[in-house]
Amino acid sequence: MMRPSRRATFLYLLPALSLIFIFCYAPMILTFYWSLYPTRNPAKLGAGPINYETLIHSPQFLLVLLNNLWYVAITVPVSMALALLMAALVDAQLPGRMWVRAAFFCPTILPMIAVANIWLFFYTPEVGLFDRALSILGVGATNWLGEPRTALGAVMAVTIWKEAGFFMIFYLAAFQSVPPELHEAAKIDGAGRWMTFVRVTLPLVGPTSLFVFVIAVINAFRIVDHIVILTHGGPDNATSLLLYYLYETGFIFWDTGLAAAITVILLILLLSVAVFQIRTLDPRIHYR
Amino acid sequence: MRRLEALGTWIFALVWSTPLLWTVWAAFHEGLATFRGELSAPWMIQNFISALSAAPFGRYYVNTIFLVTFTLVFQLIVATLAAYVFARCTFRGSQVLFYLVLAQLTITPEVLLVENYRTLNRLHLVDTVIGIGLPYIGSAFAIFLLRQAFRSIPKEFEEAAAVEGCSFFGTLWRIYVPLVRPIYVAFGLVSVSHHWNNFLWPLIVTSSIESRPLTVGLAIFALSNENGAQWGVVSAATLIIVAPLLVGFLIFQRQFIQSFVHTGIK
Repeated sequence: MMRPSRRATFLYLLPALSLIFIFCYAPMILTFYWSLYPTRNPAKLGAGPINYETLIHSPQFLLVLLNNLWYVAITVPVSMALALLMAALVDAQLPGRMWVRAAFFCPTILPMIAVANIWLFFYTPEVGLFDRALSILGVGATNWLGEPRTALGAVMAVTIWKEAGFFMIFYLAAFQSVPPELHEAAKIDGAGRWMTFVRVTLPLVGPTSLFVFVIAVINAFRIVDHIVILTHGGPDNATSLLLYYLYETGFIFWDTGLAAAITVILLILLLSVAVFQIRTLDPRIHYR
Repeated sequence: MRRLEALGTWIFALVWSTPLLWTVWAAFHEGLATFRGELSAPWMIQNFISALSAAPFGRYYVNTIFLVTFTLVFQLIVATLAAYVFARCTFRGSQVLFYLVLAQLTITPEVLLVENYRTLNRLHLVDTVIGIGLPYIGSAFAIFLLRQAFRSIPKEFEEAAAVEGCSFFGTLWRIYVPLVRPIYVAFGLVSVSHHWNNFLWPLIVTSSIESRPLTVGLAIFALSNENGAQWGVVSAATLIIVAPLLVGFLIFQRQFIQSFVHTGIK
């Protein structure tokens, strides 16, 4: 191959690098800069950590941050466990396997906004599917999305439903890469199916789990579409997550200085996960 | 025991698909019947007619199709060029540059929505379909996927191309691109589904029917029809916007799933 000139190399990279600079790095730098200025009278008040002080002393913001941490702590392990279960079930011999797999995976390709619409009907007090099912057991009507006690959990269920099938396919791919000799060896040793699963398959899906874990955490911070439809962050911010709160602060209350400070905090959280992500990608980056 | 397990799996799958099956049912039944849970109510298509006449879904369709097409085409061009250099050339700082590109896997445009909105405003692209797609065109994910694929092509191909007198660009166009066609298909499916479904960023950027994609149109429609009597119509609207992807998925299931396995990092 002809060696490309320095200029050619530069020209090939230019479109990608400039777009990523304009829509990723420049805004990161500007966000940090603006986060130091209060939205009203920036010139008069000057630069300082005032927005961050406002946030730290805002019970609202602390609640939102806590909500998001709960969101990670619950949706991530639950959807991963369900994904693993689904993959194990679909990986076994099963009549109509394709349909079962399709049923599990389907929510992945639906827009979150459509999913939220569907679940909104489920959660309707009295006439929604949940209350109808529960009324058979004699449980009274519940305002699932309207009560602070149940709202966050109800919103989490939507995320879990949407994501478990997506994570399933990574486990499926991992199962299929387990050498069949190992299964045969386990069989010869007289291990049952459960034993084989726990002793042979599970240890081999460790790297996949790490990889899925990282995506799941990132998504828990990044996907908030359903909140717009289901709750608008209410009641009393009980279901507000960082990105949703940021959207509200920036585009409904137009407090751009405070929004910038929230963005910086979200960026710090996401970037610290990204470091892990690049590590999970690492062997794939260097393989040759 | 095996049979019991299969039965359990089937029930689990059925419960898991209830939301979708219920939506299909509701879309074809009168709103009040759905509301009251009358399973014996007659089937009808009135809901689709009402939804289509109540909101400009036709226009939203055109916008979304234009959005996903234009975004995908430019993503592929931009990423192919960059991935080729990252795969084939090493220069001082090339590794660092590549890691800097990868950061965008996590820091997607909607996370930086306030600043990106300002940028779009300066470019006079607010409330345009191009404005929705533009921030996603420099796709770190596409660059990563294509670079990996290009690197797995044996050196012999490249040497043969050199003997034939292929230029740097000719080698890319005639050898590399045709060899990794499956990766282009995989990325294409993922990108189209992602942008077909994307919501928060288009919600902020658009403010008129002329630029709104399906997701934003559906959200506005649903928020104005929240009471139970309209369940059927909202379900019909929901089906209208998910239909192409859903049908595509049911037909090309294997292809879809394989493509999404590549994504982990979308």
